[in-house]
Amino acid sequence: MPHTRKTADIEQQLLVEAIYRRYHYDFRGYAQASLKRRLHTALTHFNCKTISQLQHLVLHESTVFPALLQYLTVQVSEMFRDPEYFRGLREKVVPILRTYPSLKIWVAGCSAGEEVYSLAILLREEGLLERSLIYATDINASALQKAEAGVYDIDRVPGFTENHARSGGHTSLSEHYSAAYGRVVFDKSLRRHIVFSDHSLATDSVFAEVQLISCRNVLIYFDRQLQDRALALFHESLCRRGFLGLGSKESLRFSSHAAQFDEFVPGQRIYQKRGEA
Amino acid sequence: MTGGLRGPRAIVIGGSAGSLDALGVMLPALPAQLDAAVVVTLHLPREQPSLLCDIFRHRCALQVREAQDKEPLTPGTIFFAPPDYHLLVDAGPSLALSIDPPLHFSRPSIDVLFESAADVYGPALTALLLSGANADGARGLAVVQRMGGIACVQAPASAGAPAMPEAALALITPDHVLMPAQMAPLLNQLHQGRVS
Repeated sequence: MPHTRKTADIEQQLLVEAIYRRYHYDFRGYAQASLKRRLHTALTHFNCKTISQLQHLVLHESTVFPALLQYLTVQVSEMFRDPEYFRGLREKVVPILRTYPSLKIWVAGCSAGEEVYSLAILLREEGLLERSLIYATDINASALQKAEAGVYDIDRVPGFTENHARSGGHTSLSEHYSAAYGRVVFDKSLRRHIVFSDHSLATDSVFAEVQLISCRNVLIYFDRQLQDRALALFHESLCRRGFLGLGSKESLRFSSHAAQFDEFVPGQRIYQKRGEA
Repeated sequence: MTGGLRGPRAIVIGGSAGSLDALGVMLPALPAQLDAAVVVTLHLPREQPSLLCDIFRHRCALQVREAQDKEPLTPGTIFFAPPDYHLLVDAGPSLALSIDPPLHFSRPSIDVLFESAADVYGPALTALLLSGANADGARGLAVVQRMGGIACVQAPASAGAPAMPEAALALITPDHVLMPAQMAPLLNQLHQGRVS
């Protein structure tokens, strides 16, 4: 059995290397355990017994990699996930954001866009959306398309609405979408302030100076080295005393960048870049 | 039975409805010198952050913590899965979180913990499935056993919700079927205290 396990680990590493060389998507720094779970789900879908078989398909069948990418990257989020985080942004960070004449915000790893629209609605409620530009980035083109469309199943809306209210929202969420045919579509007027773009935290570099970065439940999928790379990018991209928001169970504690940030909203994983240099 | 094994060892525990009773008997009875990290995934409403840690912190000889991403798995500590995240064991061994879709309508899912722990620990793992009302954990327990680990199930008669242990018993023949009072003594015996 241990032999089988080791073989599967080797196959996983080789597949990830093959994907990188052939398609320039870099999963080499991803945390192994969840990647393995996703690959095993994919094996069933592609009717493969081993990861080596899947690797053969990935290299030789051009339709397979885009389909596999959906297994490797799509995260499931929801609007205003962890309402206390958004309350922290609203009550503690927004008053400082107000002092800037224009705002740039980066939602890194935006997946299907739930967090992006949450932020846009929050900014609108606080009267800041008109002077804001939100960069929403992900490596998954199909997730970006979904994010750009801003269409969600209507049965998810009660959860969104409850979260929104608990985040301190002072409009009704329904003011920001229209419903039809079992789905809701978020306002185009929100989208005017969002730029959706392909960007990889594993291989790309900084593209703008921003005042706030929200990157939640993305770093948990990275190993420590890749986490450090992403955090270095964030540090470089943030303006002096800019803000970084992480997922509620993500911490800078195990990172080599811990000393470059101060905890700004204790308990909510909202950090502020230190002033010096 | 376990004397020949070296390296880090772990105990993984999964439970759902009715499992707090068994945990309340078992966890306080584990000694501080237990030679294993203990990782617990319970199905709980997602808006109850560290209630479990509060309940058990003052009653257990072992340290009690909510699991953090990338945290090393140290022996003599009980780690609880945070609500609304899957908890996995990764190489290291260390803990890893994910917000992948729920499994068996559950996040955290017991299968996710058991299968990932089996993968890292192999025969150095003991898994225990407690009371619950769905089928989560059965498949994970089968994987633990297949990788050489020890599979234990709460005796259905002692479970407030016997469906979960029964689902496991329908799938595998576990190494042990236990009443709550038998759990800590067996775990102690399997993971004899560390001598430093």
